[in-house]
Amino acid sequence: MSDNALLINPKKCVGCRVCVKTCPFGALEMDGKLAVVNVNCTFCGACAPSCKFDAISLVKAEKEAAVNLADYKGVWVFGEQIDGVVQGVVHELIGKGRELADKLGVPLSVLVLGHDMDEQCRELLEYPVDRVIQVDDPELRHYASEPYAQVVSGLIAGRKPEIFLAGATAIGRSFLARVAVAVRTGLTADCTGLDITDDRLLLQTRPAFGGNIMASILCAKHRPQMSTVRHKVMQAAEKDGGRGGKVEKLGAEGKLPASRTRRLDWLPELSETVNLVEADIIVSGGRGLGRPESFRMLEKLAKLLGGAVGSSRAAVDSGWMPYSHQVGQTGKTVQPKLYIACGISGAVQHLVGMQSSDRIIAINKDRDAPIFGVATYGFVGDVFEVVPAMIRELGGEA
Amino acid sequence: MKESTLHIVVCIKQVPDTTEVRINPETNTLVRDGVESIINPFDAYAIEEGVRIRERLGEGKVTVVTMGPPQADAALREAISVGADEAVLLCSRAFAGADTWATSLTLAQAMRKLRPDVVLAGKQAIDGDTAQVGPGISCHLDWPQACYVSKIREIEKGGAVVECLMETGKEVLEVRLPAVLTVVKEINEPRLPSFKGKMRAKKAEITIWDEKAIDADPEKIGLKGSPTAVNRIFSPPRRSGGEMIEAETAGDAAKILIAKIKELRIA
Repeated sequence: MSDNALLINPKKCVGCRVCVKTCPFGALEMDGKLAVVNVNCTFCGACAPSCKFDAISLVKAEKEAAVNLADYKGVWVFGEQIDGVVQGVVHELIGKGRELADKLGVPLSVLVLGHDMDEQCRELLEYPVDRVIQVDDPELRHYASEPYAQVVSGLIAGRKPEIFLAGATAIGRSFLARVAVAVRTGLTADCTGLDITDDRLLLQTRPAFGGNIMASILCAKHRPQMSTVRHKVMQAAEKDGGRGGKVEKLGAEGKLPASRTRRLDWLPELSETVNLVEADIIVSGGRGLGRPESFRMLEKLAKLLGGAVGSSRAAVDSGWMPYSHQVGQTGKTVQPKLYIACGISGAVQHLVGMQSSDRIIAINKDRDAPIFGVATYGFVGDVFEVVPAMIRELGGEA
Repeated sequence: MKESTLHIVVCIKQVPDTTEVRINPETNTLVRDGVESIINPFDAYAIEEGVRIRERLGEGKVTVVTMGPPQADAALREAISVGADEAVLLCSRAFAGADTWATSLTLAQAMRKLRPDVVLAGKQAIDGDTAQVGPGISCHLDWPQACYVSKIREIEKGGAVVECLMETGKEVLEVRLPAVLTVVKEINEPRLPSFKGKMRAKKAEITIWDEKAIDADPEKIGLKGSPTAVNRIFSPPRRSGGEMIEAETAGDAAKILIAKIKELRIA
C-alpha cells in the first residue's frame, strides 16, 4: 500500500503563492520559487483547484479495510437519557437514523443505558424503530464516561452495527470519543448533514473553522461509521405506531469496570428560562444593553415567547450574564428556529455561534452593524424602545 | 523534581485565527490571506489552570505539548512566556493528516514518556471543534476523564474534585488521577506574558520528538492511522438577503416584528 501524497510538479509551479494562501491548514509554504508541502497537510485537496498552472495533484492511497465490512449491519442510535428522561435529540436521531436505515435496507435500533427505564424503552418502540436495546444497571443510572464507554464498546464489538449515531451533547461528545478509540474506528463530531453514498458509505457533513467552511467526511475502511449529531438540525421523528419491535433488556451483570470518577453532587443551573441549546427561540443581548439590569426585559420577552436568553461575549465579560448563556466561538453554538439579537453588533466570533439559526431578527442602533448582514429581519432603532413595545404587543407588562 | 510533586502536562494546538478563514464564492477555494496562527483559545485556559495549580501548591512542573509543524514552536514559547516550565514539540512528516483517533494516539504515546499526574487541555480546538482528542487520549491510556471542567476545586497527587459544565447544570466529580481534564472558558482568565516570561521563552529549549522517540506504531499515526478522511470541503449555503423593517416608531416596528414571529408559529 502506498501512502497518500500531495505532489507539486516543479516544472509547472511558477511560485505564484496562490496555493499557500488557499490552504486552510497552513500546510503549503514557499521554498524559494517552489511551493512545498509541510506536515500540516490533511490531504483535503483544497489547494489543487486553486492552482492555475495545474501543478498540484493529490494522490489518495487505497486503504485496505481494517475489518470485514460485510460483517457490519444495521443503524444504531444512542438513546441518551438524563434523570430517566430520553433527551429531545434522540427523536431527531431516530428520524435521521430511519432514513439512513431505509436507504440501506437495514434495521434501526435504539440503545438505552440507564436504570428503571422499562416504560421509556417501551415508549421508544412507538417511534419508527425496529428494536430497542436496553442495558439496565444501577451503575448506569447517571452518565459516567468509563462504564458507558465500556458497555457501548462491548456491544458494538459483539453485534457489529455499521452506523452509530449519538447526540453532540456534553455526554455524547465526551464518551463517544472513548468508544471510537476503543473499537478503532472513526468518529465525526457535530454533524449537520448525513447521507448514504452510492457505495453505501455514510457521508458526514460538518462545519469547521467556526462554520465558515463545511467539510464532508468518510470513514471508508473502519466500522461502525460513527457520528455525533447537532441538536435541532435533523427533523424529529413522530410516533407512528412503531414497527412491532421488541425491547431487548440486558443487564450489565457485574461486568462494569470500577469507575474512577464518582459523582459527588449535581448543581442545576438556576435559570428562569429554558436551556439555551434546547430552545426554539433565543432572545440575546449584547454590549448595547449597557447594564446587567437590561437583561430583565430580554428575560420577559423570552418568557412570553417561550424562549431562552442568550448573550454576547461582551455582556458575559462585563459580568452581566453567566458564561453558560454565552453564544459564539468561545461559548455555545446554537441553532434555534428564531434568534433575536438585541444590541449585538455581530462580531464574527458571535456570528459563528448563531448564523445557522433558521431565522434571525436584529435590532440595533447602528445601521452598519454586521449583525444586519445575517439578519432575516432587521430594524435600526433603540432596543430600549423596541423590546418593551414587543413585550406589550404580546400582552405583557414592560 | 521530587516524587511527590505534581507533573501537569498541558496539550495545546496552534490554530489559524479561524474566524478569518473564508471561501471565495467565485472560485470555491479557500482564502487565508494574512490569517495569523494563535494558541487555540480553550488551550490558553488549560495553560493558565496548569500554572495556577503549580502556584497554588507551591511546587510541581507544567509541561506543554503540541503536535504540529516546526512553526508550532511559537505556540510552545508563548506558553512558556505565561508560566509553563518545559515544552515538547511532536513533529514529524509521519504525523501529517492525522484525524482525532491518530492525534490522540500520538499524544498518548508522548504521555507514556512524560508520565504526568494530570493532563489538561481545552475542551476543543476552534478550527476542528471536535472535542474528541482529550477523551481519546484518556482512552488510549486507559485513564479516567472529566470534560468541560469549569472549576478544579481540589487537586493533589492521585485525585481531584472538579465541576463539569453540562447543558442543564454542573456535575461535581471526584476523579482519580492520572486523568485527562478538558476545560472551558469559565475556569479562569489567562494572564498576559510578563517581560521575564518573554525572556525565558526566548531562551527556552524546546524538546522535539518524532514517531520513533515516542515509540508510536507507524500504522496508527498520521493519515495512515486515521479512520476518517476529508472527502470534500465547500462553502456553507449563503444566507438569503435580509429585509430591513421600515417603521416610523419603535411601536410600529414592534408590531411588525411580532407579526413576523407569529407567522413562524413557533412562539
